[in-house]
Amino acid sequence: MSMQRPMVEVRGARKSFGAAEVLKGIDLSVDRGQIVAVIGPSGSGKSTLLRSINHLEALDSGEVWLDGMQVNQPLHGQAFERHINKVRQQMGMVFQHFNLFPHLTVLDNITMGPVILKGMSKSEAHALAHGLLSKVGLADKIDAYPSRLSGGQKQRVAIARALAMQPKVMLFDEATSALDPELVDEVNAVMKKLAAEHMTMLIVTHEMRFAGEVADRVLFMDGGVVVEEGPPSEMFRAPQKERTRTFLKKYLSA
Amino acid sequence: MQGLDFSVVAPYVDILLMGTWWTAILTVSAGALSFVGGIIFAVVVLYAPAIVAYPVRLFMWVFMGTPLLLQLFLIYFGLVQIGIDIPALVAGIVGLGLHFAVYNADVLRAGIVAVDFGQTEGARSIGFGKWQTLRYVVIPQAVRNTIPPIGGNMIALLKESAIVSVIGIAELVHSAQLAISETFRPFEFYITAAALYYLLNLVLEAGLRRFERNVEISR
Ligand SMILES: Nc1ncnc2c1ncn2[C@@H]1O[C@H](COP(=O)(O)OP(=O)(O)OP(=O)(O)O)[C@@H](O)[C@H]1O
Ligand SMILES: [Mg+2]
Repeated sequence: MSMQRPMVEVRGARKSFGAAEVLKGIDLSVDRGQIVAVIGPSGSGKSTLLRSINHLEALDSGEVWLDGMQVNQPLHGQAFERHINKVRQQMGMVFQHFNLFPHLTVLDNITMGPVILKGMSKSEAHALAHGLLSKVGLADKIDAYPSRLSGGQKQRVAIARALAMQPKVMLFDEATSALDPELVDEVNAVMKKLAAEHMTMLIVTHEMRFAGEVADRVLFMDGGVVVEEGPPSEMFRAPQKERTRTFLKKYLSA
Repeated sequence: MQGLDFSVVAPYVDILLMGTWWTAILTVSAGALSFVGGIIFAVVVLYAPAIVAYPVRLFMWVFMGTPLLLQLFLIYFGLVQIGIDIPALVAGIVGLGLHFAVYNADVLRAGIVAVDFGQTEGARSIGFGKWQTLRYVVIPQAVRNTIPPIGGNMIALLKESAIVSVIGIAELVHSAQLAISETFRPFEFYITAAALYYLLNLVLEAGLRRFERNVEISR
């Protein structure tokens, strides 16, 4: 075990929507360069957990830390706004439905953050975008509008957009589940590339095979709690808990 | 009874063209004001604290519920009484601009609300603040999605701009009336004025279509 502080740490996260408690005290820790996959049945709270890490959902109680800085600091009003905007610049988020900006070209989708938030020059940002697009295999689409791209291409641009902020961690919320099956691999390939570069990643996914290939650790959530976690070899081959076994059996036979 | 004789128009061509020019100026200035004002009203109504939003809503409600003519009289003749003396042209632009800003605000408010919330989350997740997200992501998309109704408002503005002739602005109708008072040929001059409005309308519509086509590229 390394003694360095984790890149992402969640302690005692609780969150309710109305009467329904969706996160019931979650602890989670992701080390620098580590890749953690979160699996679990629909409605178990995976997205809520991921979204609370960059404060798209506000926890009712518990703490979220990024690289030694508390994300959900007890600040108020404008002070919290300023704080959270800075923190979010250091976390990349990839959504199921891409959320690319349709009124902007691929280039502007990617450069908007660095140019407006970091004051990067246009030419520097252009070079950055070109480099990132080459990495995701879409350099030729730099001037296209998102509407002209396939789902897989959109998601790769969305990944490039998140990477353009040079985040400390990438959060993926079912990045491939809105895609046609034949487009899933191209996105997974990009995520594997990031894994090979030791990007710290937290990946919510329904794809057990992909989780097994890419993750250092797999975390199984059910009913708002972490039921079990461990390296994929143990989790998929010899899960300890009955709930995990039932879930995996259903998934792996499907 | 007199027959129609359009040769009476010839000596007044300069005046009528000047009137057309001023109508164009009015439409462009008031149109710009109504657009920017519409965005501001829409954002205030949606996002400003109640203490600001409620007065603005009241103002919008009054501007929608009363005649434009009355609003112009209020701005031009009413304000003088309390010591605010503004030139007729400015009063005309402000009156028309505010009146149509209210209609644009209504359209834009719906347009802003209709932008997918995922857009806001996408921008916020990068680190954009609330206002930056509105400014760079939500409002541009709301505007793009509402070009047809806003364009309709602009065309209405062009036509309604004739009303400012009553406060003495030398726009197209005013010029025609001037010519009629000297020639007593209302038919010829009103028809000529109508034709000139129609021309302006064509130009405006062509401009709007071009704008819409540019936007279509991103769809
Ligand atoms: N904004 C919200 N308001 C009310 N309820 C919500 C909200 N977001 C999520 N929930 C509820 O919280 C529970 C957990 O949702 P969450 O999206 O975190 O699950 P999930 O594990 O990501 O599921 P899936 O695999 O279907 O994406 C669900 O019952 C969901 O209906
Ligand atoms: Mg989910």
